Formats: sequence, C-alpha cells, structure tokens
Amino acid sequence: MSNEFHIVVCGSIVPDPLQTLEPVQGAQGPELKNEMMLPAVLDPWAGHALYEAADLAVKNPGSKVWLVSLGPKAKLQQVMMNIAQKVPFELVCADGSASGFTDSFEVAKVLAQSIEGIQGMDKSKLLVFGGWQSASRGSCAVMQMVGEMLGISEQFQGVDKLTAGGGGALEIMERIEGGAYQVSVCTGTPAVLGWATGELPEPPNNPQVGMQNMRLVMPALQQAKPANVQGSSLTFQSVELPQQRRETRVVKDMPVDDMAREIAEWLNS
Amino acid sequence: MYTLRTLPGDDVRQIMWRYADRFDLQMSVQSTRGIARTVVAKLVAEGARNTHEWTDQKAELLTAFDQSGLTALFMDPHQGGFIEGPKNLALALAAFELAWVDGGAATCSLATNLALAPIHEKGTPEQRDTYMGQCVPPQPGEDREIRRGAFALTEPLPYIGVDTGVMCGKVRVVEWNDDDPILEVDKRGRFITNMDFADFVTAAVESDDDRIKGSCMIILEKEDEGTYDRGAPTLKMVHQLSSTRDPVLKLRVPASRIIGGFEIKDGTVIPKYNHSEIIGSVFHRTRIPVGLMTMSKLISAVEPVIRYHRKRFQGGDTAKEGSPRFDHGLQMNEDALQRLVDVWATGEAGCSLGFAASRLADAFDPIEKEKERLFAEQGIIGPRKQMMTLRKLKDKVLEFIELEYQPETERDDDRYQALKGDTLVEFAYQEALAGILNPATKLWCTGVGATVMREAVSLVGGYGITEDCPGFLMQKWTDTQLEATYEGPEAVQRRHMSVTMPSEIFQATVSAWIAQLRRVGTEVPGMGTDALASAFELWQWTMNYLQNTKDAEGRKLYHNKRQGVTFPMADALSWLLGPYFLTLDIIELKEKGAMNPVLADGIDDLVAFYMDMSNVQAARAAGEAARICTELVYGFSSAVDTAGLEPFATLKAKVDAGMVGARLSKDRAGKALSGVMIPEALDYPL
Ligand SMILES: Cc1cc2nc3c(=O)[nH]c(=O)nc-3n(C[C@H](O)[C@H](O)[C@H](O)COP(=O)(O)OP(=O)(O)OC[C@H]3O[C@@H](n4cnc5c(N)ncnc54)[C@H](O)[C@@H]3O)c2cc1C
Repeated sequence: MSNEFHIVVCGSIVPDPLQTLEPVQGAQGPELKNEMMLPAVLDPWAGHALYEAADLAVKNPGSKVWLVSLGPKAKLQQVMMNIAQKVPFELVCADGSASGFTDSFEVAKVLAQSIEGIQGMDKSKLLVFGGWQSASRGSCAVMQMVGEMLGISEQFQGVDKLTAGGGGALEIMERIEGGAYQVSVCTGTPAVLGWATGELPEPPNNPQVGMQNMRLVMPALQQAKPANVQGSSLTFQSVELPQQRRETRVVKDMPVDDMAREIAEWLNS
Repeated sequence: MYTLRTLPGDDVRQIMWRYADRFDLQMSVQSTRGIARTVVAKLVAEGARNTHEWTDQKAELLTAFDQSGLTALFMDPHQGGFIEGPKNLALALAAFELAWVDGGAATCSLATNLALAPIHEKGTPEQRDTYMGQCVPPQPGEDREIRRGAFALTEPLPYIGVDTGVMCGKVRVVEWNDDDPILEVDKRGRFITNMDFADFVTAAVESDDDRIKGSCMIILEKEDEGTYDRGAPTLKMVHQLSSTRDPVLKLRVPASRIIGGFEIKDGTVIPKYNHSEIIGSVFHRTRIPVGLMTMSKLISAVEPVIRYHRKRFQGGDTAKEGSPRFDHGLQMNEDALQRLVDVWATGEAGCSLGFAASRLADAFDPIEKEKERLFAEQGIIGPRKQMMTLRKLKDKVLEFIELEYQPETERDDDRYQALKGDTLVEFAYQEALAGILNPATKLWCTGVGATVMREAVSLVGGYGITEDCPGFLMQKWTDTQLEATYEGPEAVQRRHMSVTMPSEIFQATVSAWIAQLRRVGTEVPGMGTDALASAFELWQWTMNYLQNTKDAEGRKLYHNKRQGVTFPMADALSWLLGPYFLTLDIIELKEKGAMNPVLADGIDDLVAFYMDMSNVQAARAAGEAARICTELVYGFSSAVDTAGLEPFATLKAKVDAGMVGARLSKDRAGKALSGVMIPEALDYPL
C-alpha cells in the first residue's frame, strides 16, 4: 500500500566550494569576500535531501515535494537553472541572506513560517527534510529548531535511508558514532529528517523536468518576500579560516595500502 | 584605479550575451556545463584523445548528451525538444560550454544537428518530423533506439573540398515509376563526422541521368539496399572526441528521400532544391558556433594561466611565504599580465561578435520564412524575380537602417515602426548583415583565435605543451586548426564576405555604425570607439577607392577574381566587428548590471575593466585594419598616382590618434589581473 507524503525540503545555496573563501568584516558583521559575486551551488547536504525526497515521492504516488529556501533570490535563481532540471518540485522562496554567519535560530524561524504558509500542504502528511547540517554553517541546529517550531517532535538526524512501509510506518537509518547506524521505526508522519548523504546519486539534468518546474519557480522567485533575519543578538568575536592548510596532490593509480600507510604516517606525525 | 574582484560569472554573461530573460537557455547552459566539466573533462584527462579510433569510452559522450537534453536541443517541442522557436543562440551557447573543456566534444554534439540541418532548413514537413523525431532520445515508456546522422559533402580528392561545384557523388534512376522512382546513390565521403555510428547520412550528389535534373541532397539510411560502408577512420590529430571516417555508400532509395521533395515533369525528376541552395542555408547558421568554440577556449585559458603564474615559485627555497615572489609569482612581470589581457580581450571581442551573429540568426529565421510566404503568395518565384522586388525597396531599407541606429529619443518612431513592420525591408537589412557577421565569426574567431591561442600556450611555458597542462591548453590550441578548416576554411569565409561587402545596404550599415560609435564615444569615453569609428571610415574609404580605381597596370582592383584585394579587405573588416559588438555589450552590462542585485555592488569596477579591455582590442583591431588598408591603397599604386590619397592619409592619422590611452588601458587591465580572485582549483579534472 502506498502512502501520500507532503515532503518539504529545506535547503539553500552555498558558495561553490572550489572558490577562494575568505572571511572579511562587512557592514552587517562577518561575511565572505566577494560572496555576492561568487558562483553558488545548492548546499550539498540539502541536495541529498532533495533527491531522496523526489525519489520517495515517485515511489508513493500522490506525494508532493516543495523546496523551501531562504536565500538571496537573484543568486537562488541562478542555482535553480541547474537544480530545477534534476527532479520535480515546487519552490517556496524567502528572500534574504543565506550566509553561514546568520543566526541559526533566525533562519529556523523564517523556514518554519514559510512552511506554515504553504497552501495545500497537509501537516498530517508532512515530512520535513533538510541537510543534517549545511556546508556554510555546519551547526546541525537549524532542522531541529524548525521541527520544534512546527511542533514536530519525531526527529532524526544524519539519516542515510528511509523506507516507507505499508500503513505509513517509516523505517529510518541514522548515522551514529563509530561508523554505526541506528535503525528506528516511526509510526507515521509528521516527522523531521536531517539527511546525511543518503544513498542516491545526483540525478542527471532533464530539461523537460526543468521546463515544467520553471513555470512555478519563476513566479515563486518573483513573488518572494523579504525575510527578516536581523532579530538576533548574535555577535562574532573573531572569524578565521581553519589553520590546517589543505595540500592536494593528484596521484594516479596509487595502491590502497600505500594510501593507508601515508594517512597513518600523517596522523602520527 | 578599479579592482577586478572575481572572474565574470553567469550573471555577467547573461546580460552581455542577452539571455538574462531566457531561462530555457540558462538551463541548457547549466546542463551542458555539467557534462563538459565531468564526462568530457574526464575523457580528456584519461587520455581518450590519444587515439583517432572511436572507442566505447568515447561513446559515453553520446549517452551523456542524450541524458542531459543536449541531443534534443536542436528539436522543436512537438518533435521532442524543449525550446520553442529558433535555436541558433542555444546551440552557440552549448558549443561554447563544451569547447571550454574540449572542442572535439563540441563537434560531436553539433554533428547530428549538422546532419539534420539540411532537413531542418529545406526538408518537407514529413521529412522534418520523421528525422528530427528519430534523433530525440527515447522518453520513458518509449520503445525505440535513438538515431544519429552524418552530413556528407566533402569527397575524396580531387573532388569536393572548398569548391563544392565538381562532385563525384552521383544519383541515377534504377526503377522508374510516376510517383516515387527508385534511385541509386553513389557517394564517397572524406572526413565525415559521426560516421562511426551514424544511422543515416544526408549526402550531396549530382545527377548522372537525364531523368534527374541538376543536383540535390538526399537521405541515405543504413538499412537501405546496397553498400553502407563506414570506411576508414580519419587519422586526425585533433578533435579526437568526435568520430570521423571516409564512408563509401552505394544505396537504393526512393526519390522521396530527396531533401525538400521533387516534382516530375516530362519524365524528369526535378528536385525542389539543388545541393548548393541547401548547403548555403545550412552553413549560413552552423558556422557561428564553430567560431565561438575557439573563443571559448581563449577565455577558458585565463583562469589556469593566472593560477600557474601566481603559484610558479611557491614551494621553493627562495620564495618565502609572504614575499612578492611567493604571492605573485610570474605576475610580478608586466608582460605576463598584459599578454593575458590580449588573450582575454580577443576572446571577449570574438564572443561579442559570435553571439551577436547567433542572435541575428534567431531573429532572421522567422523573417526569412515570412518573406518566402509573402513571395509565394504574390507569385514571385525564383531568385531573380525576388532580387528585383527587393531591389525596388532599397530606399526604404536605407532609411530603415538610419533610423535603426539613431537614439530612440531622436528618431521618428512612427516611421521606424512602419518600416520595421515591413518584412521585406527587415529581410533585406538582416540578410546583408548576416552575410557579413556569419562568415566573419567563422573567419576571425577561428583564424585569429588560433594564433592567439598559441600565445596562451606560451604563457604557461614548457608545461603548456604537455598533456598535463591544466585547462588542456595544448589540445585546445591544436584543435583550433580544425575549427578554422571544417565547414569551410578561411578562404570560403573571405569569399562570402567579399561578395556582400560592396552591397549598398551593408555599406549604409557601416555608415550608421560609425555615427553610432562617435555618439557612444562622447557618452561613454574610454572604450576605443574613436579608433574604431575612424578605422571603419578608413575601411569604407578604401572599399570605395578599390572599387573605383585601377592598379598601376590598369587592372581593376576590387574584383571577385582578385582575391589579393578582396580577401584582405574581408580580413580588415572582420578585425573591426568584434570590438564594435563588444562596446555594445559593455553598454548593456553598464545599464543592466546596475539593476542586478548580484552585480550592482561591484558594477563600476567591472565595467571599468571591460572598457579597458575594449580599448585594448579596439586599438589592436584598428591598427590591423589600417595596416591592411594602407597596403592595398599604396601597394597597388605607382609613385605618381599617390597624389589623390591625402584623404586617406588624413583618415589614417585619425585612426592613430584614436588610440590615445589604449596602452594605459592595458596597464590598468593587466594590473587588475594581478589582483583578481580566482577559485582554488579548476572545476574540472586535470
Ligand atoms: C576532422 C574533420 C571533420 C570533418 N567533418 C566533415 C563532415 O562532417 N562533413 C563534410 O562534408 N566535411 C567534413 N570535413 C571536411 C571539411 O569541411 C573540409 O576539409 C574543408 O571544407 C576543406 O576542404 P579540403 O580539405 O578539401 O580543402 P581544399 O579544398 O583542398 O582547400 C585547401 C586550401 O586551399 C585554399 N583554397 C581552396 N580553394 C580556394 C579558393 N576557391 N579560393 C582561395 N583559396 C582556396 C585554401 O587555403 C584552403 O584552405 C571535415 C574535415 C575534418 C578534417
């Protein structure tokens, strides 16, 4: 028997990780140098959540996927030109900063309000998806607070697999310490799932899906309301890049044993 | 002094190349880029180019193109595509994105479209829907195999190459009937792209039978009765991610395969279009993306060259962390910075030209169709009659051109709209313009681009000529030689241009550009518009002179048999076109960028940098054009008849004076490159 889910994926953009990311002091607090001009991508964690959501929707006919994004809409629009070709969804956009320096509580508030405002969304069928952390903040806090604000106490973090059984029960596999998994069964919706990588690859672009999505994505971007994330008392003492310098070597055909030895040597040094 | 903060991204490109409102095109750019920087880059990095054979590994490209919508890009929605209307700009952008990583991959993606182009341009509606539909990847639930095509014009020596007149490909009747006679086609091809896997071939052939008139293009399928021999692979040293072979085809097909259809009159099959008419309309469009492929490579070289220069001395004993040598590396040298400005500015100018040409092609498609409909309705059939009708409209066309380039606030808008609404007027103007922009894009972007790509390779020293060079610069350089050759080498493009250049309509357009550039120069000084306007004036004066003057031996100068005069004039003009369109794109960026939330903050700096690049390129182009004009004007004179050349000398002095500040622009632009923030690593594998 199939279930009908209303899946809301929370996810926004982050600067392309290949770019030079240099924290600087801006007028409103810390920011990344030239952040507005750097190309952005969908937060990879949120991406995993979105592809899992789409897959779940396909397997459970009648289900629907929304992507709720807090981000600067002009940049979000660029990212949509790629992401909207991957899987079908409806976009809900709150126009505001997607910076990793905004207060996670403020972000959660905007997301929760945006979710409450979705027309036609049935809370009894609701699954709130997101990344268990984001590539820009990495606090693992937003999704938990979104859940609390929506009154959803069934929460799972670091999820790699969700199996929807008959009768609406959800079997969920979460990452726990030491590379182990915890498997839980949740009797049904609503629930919050913060995804780790999941198990699905990034789908190839499909322009037909893109053209379909764009009919709703463009109006959603045009109508996006400015989001207020300024209410925070959060201040930053200092901001700096991790000191460890990354040194990349490209080595072809290295035996696994050699790799392991090198890592061990590095750890011991 | 301004700072260039980052390398220009999609927001900048969408404005300059005018697709900011086209999300269909933006999506297709993203899809194509995704394939280019993963599947394609991986193939190159793994050495898939090291053989001219088509391999299973290379065939992964086709799957990736199919999956990502690239294969269906050329089709209309009712055929299974997703973009409505003309697709020249769409295909140009796709070629640009693929060539950013590998030119051969771009060729591979464009080749089936080239095979379909004769059918698309001149095929019957049934031919169009059948073959276009077959080349769309099957959708979920559909049970069929995708088909791919090849375009066979070029023949073994001594037949078709640049000259397409003398053909060895033949067609004759083998079984007559009055509806659809059975023909035998005998075609040998040379250098035919896609031939390893093509399921059908669109071939140019000539009648070898009294019962068939003239020549035609015809569709051959691999299932047809007879020989479908794919032939020997071409031992090519470039574009190895495309397939090329010399097929031998001898097949029986019904006459209904003749592209565009036929009629039977007095027992003779009369094809609706001969092969030249079809080839003309095909190449008119498909040459634009090829020019853009070379330009894409120039711009793609900027980031790897900067990274190499900056890191050149890092890790050694002498360059201590924090020292200028450590931080700036080779960028401490002015020349390294300024030569890269030349490479980049060439790429920008060529892109501005090429994308202007592809937008014009998009605008021209419906107008050309409407013109054909109007002529058919009025019973004006055949090229001669049509030309006579168009000639009568000349005054209107010239008036339209003047209005077209006047500022909106100053022109008589009612009159302008009335003329703009006149299909034939618009057609005449656009036809002349496309007759220049399309061959000029192919000629200049690939020809000059090849030379400038060599300079990019030089900037990376010995590393530049190795397989390991980041950004595959060596492969990109050698590939440019094919881009300058296939779909008509430079000689063909020069010939096309030299036919249209004397047209009164095109000359009026040049006059309008000169006025426009002078105006822009006062409103937005610093882009080199003065040098450019003066160079156009000098070129126009020279054209006029050459057309009305004989050489010292009494021979006519501007004459189609005299390529030593006409071809250099085509070269001179083609230098000027890129910078002209670049100035227009910069003005667009200045206006629209200020309203774009992503760009607004840094827009003044960005525009200042672009204006400097434009100034650099305008001075270079004006210098090249002036040099060519000088050689032609003085070079065919004897000492005695240089008396009447004072106006030339005056105009030339104006070109020189127009270069004021151009080297300061280069100083600034070079300096900006020393500070620009680039990504930590290239976004595709090495
Ligand atoms: C990898 C590859 C893929 C190709 N793919 C295809 C394909 O899919 N389909 C297809 O039909 N063809 C294809 N071609 C063929 C290509 O289009 C021809 O090579 C090209 O048009 C030039 O013809 P040619 O080599 O016979 O040169 P030639 O005709 O021998 O010309 C050689 C040179 O002579 C000079 N020249 C020749 N004629 C003139 C003239 N009238 N005026 C002045 N100078 C002149 C020019 O300098 C010219 O560059 C491909 C070629 C290659 C190498």
